[in-house]
Amino acid sequence: MKIAVCIKQVPSRDWHPRLDDAGTWIRESDATYEMNEPDAYALEESLRLKEKHGGEVVVCSAGPARVAQVLREALARGADRAIHVDGEALAGADAFVVAAALSAAMADERFDLILTGLQSDDQGLGQIGVVLAERLGLPHATIIMDVAVESSSIRVKRELEGGWFQWVTMPLPALITIQSGINQLRYATLKGIMGAKKKEIRKAAPPDGVSPRQTIVGLYVPEKTKKTQLIDGSPAQAAVELVRRLREEARVI
Amino acid sequence: MILVIAEQRSGTLNRATWETVAAAQQLAAASGPAAEAIAIVALGSQIDGVAAELAAAQVSEVVTIDDPALALYTPDGYTAALQQVIAELAPTLVLLPHTYQTRDFAPKLAARLERALITDATAVKPGSSGPVFVRSMFQGKLTADVAAHGPEPHVVTFQIGAFRGDQAGRGPAPAPIRAIHVTIDAAAIRQTPEAPFQEAKQSVDLSQAERIVSVGRGIKGQEHLPLARQLADALGAELGASRPICDAGWLPMDRQVGSSGQTVAPKVYVALGISGAIQHLVGMKGSNVVVAINKDPDAPIFEIADYGIVGDLFEVVPAMIAALKT
Repeated sequence: MKIAVCIKQVPSRDWHPRLDDAGTWIRESDATYEMNEPDAYALEESLRLKEKHGGEVVVCSAGPARVAQVLREALARGADRAIHVDGEALAGADAFVVAAALSAAMADERFDLILTGLQSDDQGLGQIGVVLAERLGLPHATIIMDVAVESSSIRVKRELEGGWFQWVTMPLPALITIQSGINQLRYATLKGIMGAKKKEIRKAAPPDGVSPRQTIVGLYVPEKTKKTQLIDGSPAQAAVELVRRLREEARVI
Repeated sequence: MILVIAEQRSGTLNRATWETVAAAQQLAAASGPAAEAIAIVALGSQIDGVAAELAAAQVSEVVTIDDPALALYTPDGYTAALQQVIAELAPTLVLLPHTYQTRDFAPKLAARLERALITDATAVKPGSSGPVFVRSMFQGKLTADVAAHGPEPHVVTFQIGAFRGDQAGRGPAPAPIRAIHVTIDAAAIRQTPEAPFQEAKQSVDLSQAERIVSVGRGIKGQEHLPLARQLADALGAELGASRPICDAGWLPMDRQVGSSGQTVAPKVYVALGISGAIQHLVGMKGSNVVVAINKDPDAPIFEIADYGIVGDLFEVVPAMIAALKT
């Protein structure tokens, strides 16, 4: 089974947001980066499917030079090779531009199954997987919590809202977006890290002439909707004061 | 014309549709002296009841697509049907609630039409050339004003709770209902869906809890859960959690608060080490009083907290337990 997994590199969880001079994107030079968490689950699911059904796992990412780091990390965890669509402008691009970049580089590979995370922890558009499926002419299903591969089809468990689920069957090739928590993530072993250095990362250029359908015209720290009473002091003092206010002011305990 | 795509399942309207109608009415009112017309489209099989319910809205018409091929939702079926409706009605904007279902088909529809799609918008502002949509980014750490480009219609999904459904304008008389016939090739629908089901019955009903202590990633490990449980006991509270805690198996799924778990509205909600990703906030922002304890002063949870302590929960919580016992 020929499996692709699309991953994104996003600012790390403890990153303190800072804006660029134009105020329309983040200051990339200040940020530290990591693999987008839902994509890490998609990678893990890909590796498990390969272990069960054989074949190969190709990890794909569209972004500036820095994304090579998460591609290496995916190779260290067990992916067989990588495709890097390399372009500076891809960092803050919209879903149409990124999906066009990925589909151009991936179309000729004729993957049986493509996985990706349900959304990214940066722009959080939640579109790229589905748009990629449409561009490649593949059926898709999103927010998947279980995957069963049959001979020429796939049966997947979609998460609906409020604790509801639904099984959906589709013919292969197909694309699915993975929900966080579908599996337990593995870490790279030392052997994996050493082995990753010898694995191929194929570079591709993004296609010309794809214009974004949306742009960020302003980026800012959110305005507070509620007036928060921040309680200062030592942890012990703050705790005592909090309990007092909950009893006497809010009267909820 | 602004087109609202209603959401229904088995003939029951998703209430979020009313929020989208309210958003459409706000956009129409801002569109100029002659307010733009609004149409609502409902699609499915045997949806007369849904159409009648929607006709109460102050809109120019309710359009229905009633086809057995749409009885169970599929992205292929919905995209095929809506593509034809949009071609016929030629709207300038297509609006939807941001639900798990629209997340599944709206990007496909927009890609098929090659039109802009802005997801999970929380507000609309006037811009230099058309409306600008506000949406959260970077896990709630930043907010963006986003403009759509390219030919119309532009497609926008609105976050649940961003507009108030009970404030959607109702008309003096029911809006006309019109059936549109589209051609859906059932054989071209590649997804075969089964009936939706609920996993093992929820054993904990957090929606009824008066007080909830909820834990997030900041609790660091399963071995620290007794600390949160002691605080819950001291407050007479139920224990809840954010998604990563349940994903890790530290607490069962029925303790999860958020869009994929339970929606709660207690008198007091104490968030311990929860950063406040939007998926969590939508499940608890109806709480009367929100208390946040987090070491990261930038954590979005502080945006909706009434009381906050920026600090180490492992120091603050034991002191709270002690203070509650006095």
